Amino acid sequence: MRLGTFLLVLLLNGVAPAYALAQPQPPKDFVPVSEAPAGEQIPAMPLLGSAYAFIWVGVLGYVWSLGRKLQRIDREISELESRKR
Amino acid sequence: MTSGMKVMLGLAAVLFAGAPWMIDAAPYEATMGLVYKIYFFHMPSAWMFLVAAITAGIASFRLLFLKRPGADHWVVAAAELAVLFGAFTLVSGPLWARKAWGVWWVWDARLTSSLMVFLIFVAYTLLRKYGGPGSEKLGAGLALFGMANVPFIYVSVNYWRTFHPPTSVVPTLPVAMGIPLWYCVTAFTLLFIVLLRLRARVEHQRARLEALYLAEDEL
Repeated sequence: MRLGTFLLVLLLNGVAPAYALAQPQPPKDFVPVSEAPAGEQIPAMPLLGSAYAFIWVGVLGYVWSLGRKLQRIDREISELESRKR
Repeated sequence: MTSGMKVMLGLAAVLFAGAPWMIDAAPYEATMGLVYKIYFFHMPSAWMFLVAAITAGIASFRLLFLKRPGADHWVVAAAELAVLFGAFTLVSGPLWARKAWGVWWVWDARLTSSLMVFLIFVAYTLLRKYGGPGSEKLGAGLALFGMANVPFIYVSVNYWRTFHPPTSVVPTLPVAMGIPLWYCVTAFTLLFIVLLRLRARVEHQRARLEALYLAEDEL
């Protein structure tokens, strides 16, 4: 292999990891502050409200549907058992 | 419903009712501000999603290899909860990401693998609903495959480049943020146990009803 090609391969191999390392790093820790940071461009409240509302509605809806299903099955069982007697 | 279950359901309801005050009292986060408070419901949902996948996998193992037919009720219950808590995780996460990262979604290892496991359990519930007789064994195989992905989801943030916070965030959380988090984890755990037992009972009663109808047909 010619020296120029070797150096080119070496350089290309070094550039990719260096470029990857230059990417923004994910947050390592959560830092508490007493006030919300100023100048937020996307309002947080609708996002926060939507997330909590979705979970609340999901939980209540699921508990309600389970309760109805169980009531219906129990009623059918008692009807069948009374018919057998 | 047994008295123990009623107590747990009542306790979970009380904890959920008190959650908004606990979360409101938590401090803001320096870079993410208010929106990080989604974390207090997002993280427990994600944990319950993974616990549900593991529960479905263990019950599937009992059904397939230890020949315990009753385990099928627990697979159905846990798989449905994996879909429920998976949906909570996959909806609340992007709502947080929109503000924190500027995008709704990125195709990184954590988000993609979570979506895959969610879809596996959606496939399981569809299979059980429309698959007819014999679908319980095929479904159990699918649930085992879903459980096998859980360790991959957990470690994905530590090994692959991602914007998602790593697993080290939880043990290093400041006390003021840790108290509401563990409060919510307790509420979600109680809710998960109650829903799992309730859903398994529905499945048990449904099987009993089917047996009664079959017995009536034979008469």
